[in-house]
Amino acid sequence: MLKDNKIFAIVKREVKRMLTRPLYLFCMILAPTFAYTFFTILMEEGLPTDIPAGVVDEDNTTVTRQIIRNLDAFQQTKIVAHYHNFAEAREAMQQGKIYSIYYIPEGTTKLALASKQPTISFYTSASYLIPASLEYRDLKMMSELASGAIARSTLYAKGHTEEQAMAILQPIKMEMHPINNPLVNYSVYLSNTMLPGVLMLLIFQLTIYSIYSEMKEETAQKWMELAGNNIYKALLGKLLPQFFIWILMGLFYLVWLYGLNDFPLNCGFLPMFLLMVLFVLVCQAFGIFLCGAVPSLRWALSLATLWGVLSFPISGFSFPQMAFPAALRGLSYLFPLRYYFLIYVDQALNGLPFEYTWTFYVCLAAFLILPFIVVGRLKKFLLEYHYQI
Amino acid sequence: MKWFINILDVWKHELTRSLTDIGALVFFIIVPLLYPLLYAYLYSNESVREVPTVVVDDSHSSLSREFLRKVDASGDIQIVGHCANLKEAEELIHRHKAYCLIYIPAEFHKNVLEGQQAIVELYSDMSGLLYYKAVLSACTEVSLEMNKDIKTQRLIGATKEQSETFAYPIKYEYVPMFNTQSGFATFLIPAVLMLIIQQTMLLGIGMLQGDEHERRRKGFIDEHLKDKRPLEILIGKATGYMNIYIVVAAYLVCIIPPLFGLIHIWQWKDMIAFMIPFLSSCIFFCMFISAFSYDRESFIVLFVFMSVPLLFISGISWPASAIPDMLKTLSKAFPSTFGINGFVRLSEMGALFKDLHVEIIGLWIQTIVYFFLTWLVYKRMYRKRRSIKIED
Repeated sequence: MLKDNKIFAIVKREVKRMLTRPLYLFCMILAPTFAYTFFTILMEEGLPTDIPAGVVDEDNTTVTRQIIRNLDAFQQTKIVAHYHNFAEAREAMQQGKIYSIYYIPEGTTKLALASKQPTISFYTSASYLIPASLEYRDLKMMSELASGAIARSTLYAKGHTEEQAMAILQPIKMEMHPINNPLVNYSVYLSNTMLPGVLMLLIFQLTIYSIYSEMKEETAQKWMELAGNNIYKALLGKLLPQFFIWILMGLFYLVWLYGLNDFPLNCGFLPMFLLMVLFVLVCQAFGIFLCGAVPSLRWALSLATLWGVLSFPISGFSFPQMAFPAALRGLSYLFPLRYYFLIYVDQALNGLPFEYTWTFYVCLAAFLILPFIVVGRLKKFLLEYHYQI
Repeated sequence: MKWFINILDVWKHELTRSLTDIGALVFFIIVPLLYPLLYAYLYSNESVREVPTVVVDDSHSSLSREFLRKVDASGDIQIVGHCANLKEAEELIHRHKAYCLIYIPAEFHKNVLEGQQAIVELYSDMSGLLYYKAVLSACTEVSLEMNKDIKTQRLIGATKEQSETFAYPIKYEYVPMFNTQSGFATFLIPAVLMLIIQQTMLLGIGMLQGDEHERRRKGFIDEHLKDKRPLEILIGKATGYMNIYIVVAAYLVCIIPPLFGLIHIWQWKDMIAFMIPFLSSCIFFCMFISAFSYDRESFIVLFVFMSVPLLFISGISWPASAIPDMLKTLSKAFPSTFGINGFVRLSEMGALFKDLHVEIIGLWIQTIVYFFLTWLVYKRMYRKRRSIKIED
């Protein structure tokens, strides 16, 4: 196929374009590299630690100070400030200094010792959802322990072992097993779909840009001539060199995540590599489809932006698809990133056999039909349309 | 007064151009109009309810059934199947029929009766963090409640108060503030709204400026920019963009949140004092970057993907305290960072003007810095043009 002189000529021409235009370099090499490193550095910790929290200890006794020290020892929470009253603490929260408040009212110790059951309270601000829910866990656990601390010392005094004491205080205990992401690493949970999403967005846009810039620069006729007026050869020659660069960047992504950053890869390398190859092809196909669907660089790019940006929420990797309104649940099946996400979950994360996942591969591959629907129109646009400012 | 007329002239042309150029119109009006509707609708359920969960109950006891009944009654999860063994349950999870698994071991009831700690094992598919949260919080709530009952029953002869005090010498209560139901829309939409302002502006202004450059390369002369000083052009254009974005911002701030039942407890005075520096810094930031836009479309290719990193670097999702210092410093270069944090706290957390001084000072500094940077590049850009004209 590559022996076909026409295709080879176009490949050569495209490589020259790629080497002489900074946009290609930026879009194909720099932007993905930036995104990969950015997100892995950003979420290096996996789970944020030492999230700032504030304390209002109106009681200020050895018992309450002990409670606060214990709280500070939790991994996720860090007491950054003590406030005199609740209003002050609330203001600090509104100023963004802390995400939660632990409040111990005056007389807590005295009431507890007198068996009068005082109440302590904790507050979180879920406008910042992730830090709030992580601190909630610590604060709740702490409150349980604070409550148990007094009872526990009574039990120890009576000669119970720690095990017995815990059985008395907490007869039923939950043991959580997050499957294949035991540390609940946020980077694993987010990067695995977000980064391919960024790659997708860039492929959509660069594919469209590279096709329609021919029209804009009025070189489209020449391009088509070179291909002997065969749109398939023209597109193949143009997109083949890009395909290789994208695959290289995809490979870089896989090695970066699964090789260098040790993200869970329970299916072996090959299935993810195949997924990447298919995904790149699908994104290029989708780019061609948008070119054929609207005869203007600007509109095709705008549509690619809409589809690309919408892919992030609608693929359901952060907010699950089952919670969407029904209409959007259906719509989500029209986004390639949705299938990438589903396949990634089955393969890399959960390491399932192929038989569970093949339908998703088929659905993803179905996007490859799209260019064939519009290719005739596209040819017409390229030959007849003149770019207007 | 010549300068004033010049500014007015540039302003008029820029505003007309913004509203008649179909490409710019998409980013200035259509995207800000439609995107928030789509996003907010997508997240309108706020949280995931009734996560399908399977159960393996090896205990077969009244206690285990009580536990499961109570868990099922919670809104977070829904028991969709009872399996004979773990393998069967796993299969259902692999087929995406269920996302969580509750496993109650055979000795569960016996342990409770014998005064030993009884364990319930929870498994969750980690394709979504909300599944994990749902099963953990539903089961923990139920276990705490049952623990209280068990402890009370064990203290034979004690009064209700006595046993209560034994179970909880110190009581505690949890008070969620502001986003009280930990809703996803409430958390994300305000941030998205602010990001939309900055990003659409960048794409729109980038397109207009690129258009100007393209026309110049093709030999057109923009009459309305002729014989004007760079500063006049700068102010004229900026005013035009400001006019458009006051309307856009009013729509995003006043209409979208109430429409989707999101919290909006800001005061007019504070919101205006915040929005003026935010919009100004966005405008000069975008004008500065756009000076490097050499054709109409390349900005779309260059900057759309940046929206995702910008959202994360703002600290709205990944906490600012966990962002590496280098990136935190970088984030201060973007109006969206201060804009997102300021708006969330103003609109949802009842912060007042005085609580936002870090953000507002930051935005004013950005406004000044980007204003002067823009002026600098405009001086180069538009002086060059004049000299070309003289050569002609």
